Amino acid sequence: MLGEQIIKGMAVTAKNFFGSYVSKDRLTTVQYPEEHLAQKENTRQFPFLVYDGEDWEKGLRCVACQICEKECPPKCIYIVKSKDKKPDYKGQLQVYPATFDIDISVCMSCQICVEVCPFESIKMDTKFELSTDDRFGGLLLTKDKLAKPNSYYQEMHPHDAAESDAVIAAEKAKAEAKAKAAAEAKIKADAEAKAKAAAAAATAPLAAPAPTTPPPPK
Amino acid sequence: MFDKLDQIFVTALHWLVSFLPEGLRPFVSALVCIAFVMSVFPGVFALTTVLERKILGRIQNRYGPNRVGIPFTKIRLCGFGQFIPDGIKSLTKEDIVPRAADKVVHFLAPVVMLMPVLLAYAVLPFGRNMTITDYDAGLLFFFAVGGAVEVSVFMAGWSSRNKYSLLGAMRAIAQMVSYEIPLILSAVTVVMIVGSLNLSEIVQHQNNYTFGIAHWHVFTPWGLVGFVLFFIASLAESNRTPFDLPEAESEIIAGYFTEYSGFKFALFFLGEYLGMFAIIGLGITLFLGGWTSPVSFLTWIPSYVWFLSKLMAIVFVFIWIRGTLPRLRMDQLMNFAWKFMLPLALINILVAGIWHYMAADWPRWLVCSAIIFGAYAILGRGLMQNQNFGKRIYRYAE
Amino acid sequence: MNAFAAMPPKSFEVKPKLDESGSSIGELLEISMGPHHPSTHGVFRMDVVLDGEKVVKLKPVCGYLHRNHEKIGENISYLASMPYTDRLDYFCSMTNNWAYALTIEKLAGLAVPERAEYIRVIMAELTRLQNHTSLIGFFVHDMGALGTPLMYAFREREKILDLFEEVSGARMMCNYMRFGGVRVDVNDEWLARTKQLVANYGRFLDEFETFLNQNEILLARTQGVSPLTKEQAVNASLTGPLLRAAGVNYDVRKVDKYGIYSRFDFKVPLGEHGDLYDRYMMRVLEMRESIKILNQALRDIPGGPVMDPKAKLRGFRPKPGEVYGRIESPKGELGFYIISDGGPNPYRYRVRPPSFINITILEDMCLGHRVADVIVILGSVDIVLGEVDR
Repeated sequence: MLGEQIIKGMAVTAKNFFGSYVSKDRLTTVQYPEEHLAQKENTRQFPFLVYDGEDWEKGLRCVACQICEKECPPKCIYIVKSKDKKPDYKGQLQVYPATFDIDISVCMSCQICVEVCPFESIKMDTKFELSTDDRFGGLLLTKDKLAKPNSYYQEMHPHDAAESDAVIAAEKAKAEAKAKAAAEAKIKADAEAKAKAAAAAATAPLAAPAPTTPPPPK
Repeated sequence: MFDKLDQIFVTALHWLVSFLPEGLRPFVSALVCIAFVMSVFPGVFALTTVLERKILGRIQNRYGPNRVGIPFTKIRLCGFGQFIPDGIKSLTKEDIVPRAADKVVHFLAPVVMLMPVLLAYAVLPFGRNMTITDYDAGLLFFFAVGGAVEVSVFMAGWSSRNKYSLLGAMRAIAQMVSYEIPLILSAVTVVMIVGSLNLSEIVQHQNNYTFGIAHWHVFTPWGLVGFVLFFIASLAESNRTPFDLPEAESEIIAGYFTEYSGFKFALFFLGEYLGMFAIIGLGITLFLGGWTSPVSFLTWIPSYVWFLSKLMAIVFVFIWIRGTLPRLRMDQLMNFAWKFMLPLALINILVAGIWHYMAADWPRWLVCSAIIFGAYAILGRGLMQNQNFGKRIYRYAE
Repeated sequence: MNAFAAMPPKSFEVKPKLDESGSSIGELLEISMGPHHPSTHGVFRMDVVLDGEKVVKLKPVCGYLHRNHEKIGENISYLASMPYTDRLDYFCSMTNNWAYALTIEKLAGLAVPERAEYIRVIMAELTRLQNHTSLIGFFVHDMGALGTPLMYAFREREKILDLFEEVSGARMMCNYMRFGGVRVDVNDEWLARTKQLVANYGRFLDEFETFLNQNEILLARTQGVSPLTKEQAVNASLTGPLLRAAGVNYDVRKVDKYGIYSRFDFKVPLGEHGDLYDRYMMRVLEMRESIKILNQALRDIPGGPVMDPKAKLRGFRPKPGEVYGRIESPKGELGFYIISDGGPNPYRYRVRPPSFINITILEDMCLGHRVADVIVILGSVDIVLGEVDR
C-alpha cells in the first residue's frame, strides 16, 4: 500500500522523539563546557617527559639519546644534548637534554616516540584543552612545560604506569645485581691478590713490596 | 463561568469600542482585530521556530537550542527565548541588493508575499463568534487571496537577475500551482455537504455530538480522504519537506530567495510560516471542527484554546514529517500531484455526492469506504508500478 | 572596473547548445559545483554542463587535499609511514594500517601470530560496520532527509569509535597495526564489550532498515537512477560495493583469502542493476555479513602473543624487492605497491586508492540524469577525499 512504509518510518522517528525524554541512549549529547565525557585510560594526546622524585631537573629520566627525534614522523622534536652528566635511575652518569622542544602544532600524536624510547622517559599525556592565542610559540612546549612527575603518569594511565614502573624496577634490580656481583668479584679478586702478595712476601722477605690498599669503590 | 471565559475577547472588544461614537465603531473594531491578529500570530511564529528546532533536535537524539532564555540574563527558560536573538540578527544584517536587480520588484516581493497571507486570517474562525469578517463566501475569499502568494515567488525569482533564482522560482510556482488543485477540490467536498461557503457555518455544521463524539468531517470517509489530501497539499503549498525542493535546493541552487538578506529574508520567512498557519487553520476549520471540541464532556474548554491546540498539534505533525522524510525530486512531485492526488480528489467528490444522497445509516459508510479504499489501492499501485519500484531480492555469490 | 577584471572567473557560464550540423539551438549552462558543497564529501569540485536540468558533461576535479603522502613515504622510515596511512581514508584507519602492514610483511617475510590475526579481522570488520553506517547516513542526508538518519548512524558509530579509543588510544587515527602483529593486546573486558556491541548492532540495523529500506520516497529517488552494467564496471576497474552492485562477484577477501578470512563463513551479496538502490542495499547487506564474521571471530579468538618479541621496531630494513599487497577496505580494493632498495626508507611507495579509481566513472554515471541526482550519485560512490588526493 502506498504510504505504509512512510508511516512505519514516522513511527521510528516518534520512538526516538519520545525516547529522548526517557532514556539516555536516545539523547547522547554531552553539553560540553558544563559536562565532560569520562576520558578513556588509553587516550593519547601529546607527549610529556617523566621525572622521578621531587626535583624535575635532577629526576628527569630522559638521557638525550635522540632516538625519538629520529623516529618522529613529522619531526617535531628538537633535542640538544648537555655538556655535563648527571646520574640516572640506575646510578650511572648520563647526558641529559639541555633543550627538549616539542612543537605540538606539528605533532600528530602517533605515539611512535613512546614506543621506541628505551628509557621509559617520554609518555603520552591526556590533556587536549591546550588552545592558545599566541601564534608564535604558544604551541611550542619546552622542557619545563613537558616535565611531569611519575605520580602524574600513574594517575593518568594506571595500567601503563604500572608496567613502566615494573620495567624500571626490573632494570634497577638487574643493575644492582650486576653491581653487587661486580663488587663481590672485585673483593674476591682483591683477596686473591692479597693472598698472592702475602705468599710472595713470605717466600721473598727481602724484596717484600708494601701492601697497596685497593682503591675505594666508586 | 466557562461561557464567559469563552467569549472574553468578544466582550472585551465590545466594551472597548463602546467608548466611541457610533460612526467610528466599525473602524476601531477592525483595527483592534487587526492588532490582535498581528500580535498573536507572529508570536506563534516565533514560538514555532524555536519549537521546530527543539523537536527536530529531539528526533535526532540531541538537544535543540536550550541556552537563550531572556537575553542579557542567565535565565535559561529551556531555550525558548531563541527567537529574540534570531530576530535581532535578521534585523541588523546588511541589506544587499544585487546591482543588476530590478529594485522595485525586488523590494516589493516580500511585501506581496506577506499581505495576502495576512488577509487570509480575516475569514478564519478562531473561536465562537470570533471571526473578524464573516463573509458568506469566506472560503472563496481565502483561496483567492492565497493564490496571490505565487505571484510574489515569481517576483522574487525574476527580480534577482540570477539564473539560479529564476529556475528555483519557476519550480516553486509549478509546484504550488499543481498542488492548488487537490487543495481546492478537497475543500469542495465540504462545501457540497454543508451547502455554504461561510466558514462559521461550516464549523457550526460540525458542532453536533452523537454518543459524545463530535460530527467532525474528518470522521467520515470522504472527510478523512479530503483531510489527508488537504494535509499533503498544504505541505506542498508551504514548501515544506518532502516538497521543499524550491527552498532547500542545497544541491546547487539556493532557491528563489537567494538574493535576499536581512529583514527581507525575515519577511519571507515570516510570510511562509504565517501562510502555513493560515492553511492549517483552514484545514482545521473545514475538517477538524474548527473551534469545537471532539468529545462532548470537554466543551467547557474555551473555543480559542481548542483552535490553538489543534493548530499546534498539526504543526507538530508537520515538523515530525520534516524530520523523517527525504525530499522528492521535481518530476516525482508533479507525478504525485497530477497522477495520484487529482484522481483521488475527483473520486472523493463522487463519494461525497453518494454520501449526501444515501440515507443516513450504516450502508453509506460501507459503500463510501469501499469506493475510497479501492481507488486508493489502485492509484497507489499504479503510481509505484509505473516506474518498476518495489522490493528487490538480492542473491549471494556462491 | 579594474576590480572586476581581477575577480576570479564566474562560477557559471552560458554556452550555445549545438545540434549535429553545429548550429545553435539553445543554451547550455556550465556550472561548477565547487569545492564547498552544501552536502559535502570533502573538498571536491565538479564542472557540470547542463541542458535544462539534464547533465550533458561532467568533469570531476580533485586535488584540493593533496598532501604528498607518497613523497613523504619515500623520505621517512617504514614504521614512520604507518601514522600517515591512518590519514589516507580517514574513516577507516584500521584497514589502511592493515593493508600497509600486510604489504611489508609480504616483502620481509614476517609471520603474524594467531591472536594478532584474529584481532586484525575484528578491527577490520568493526571498521567496515562504522564506515557503512555513516555512509548510509550521508546518503539519505544528501537526499534531503535533514540529518535524522545521519544522527542515528553517528550515534552508533561513536560506540565503535569508543572501542577503538580504548584499545589504541585514538578514535580515528589509530596507528595500531605493526609489521608482524598489532601494537598492544586487547583485554577480556574489551572483548566482552565488543560482543555486547555486536549483539546490539543487529537491533539498531533493524530499526534503521525499517525506517529506510522500503521508504517510498527513497525508492523513488534511487531505483533506476544511474545503472551500471557489468562490462562498464569491470572496464573502469571499479572495486568494492560498486562493483558488486553491478553484479560482478569479486571480493578480495574471497579471492586472495588474506589473513585468516578463509576460516570464516560469510557470503558476498550481489546486486543486479547497479543503480543507487543496489549500492545502498549492498552496504546494508555487507553490514549484516560483517556482524556474522565478528560473532565468529569473537567466539574463536585464541590466547597468545600479539607480536613477535624479537621483531625490530627501529632500523627495519627489508631486503630489496617490490611487492603489491591489497585488502578489501570498505571502499574497495586498497593496495600498496612498495619497492625497497634495502635501505631504511622505501624507494617507491604507491597507494592504489579505491575512491580515486571509482570516481573516474562519475561522468558516465551522471549523463542524462538530473542535477538533483548528481549529488546523490556522488554520495553513493562513497569517496573520501583523503584517499582520492592522498
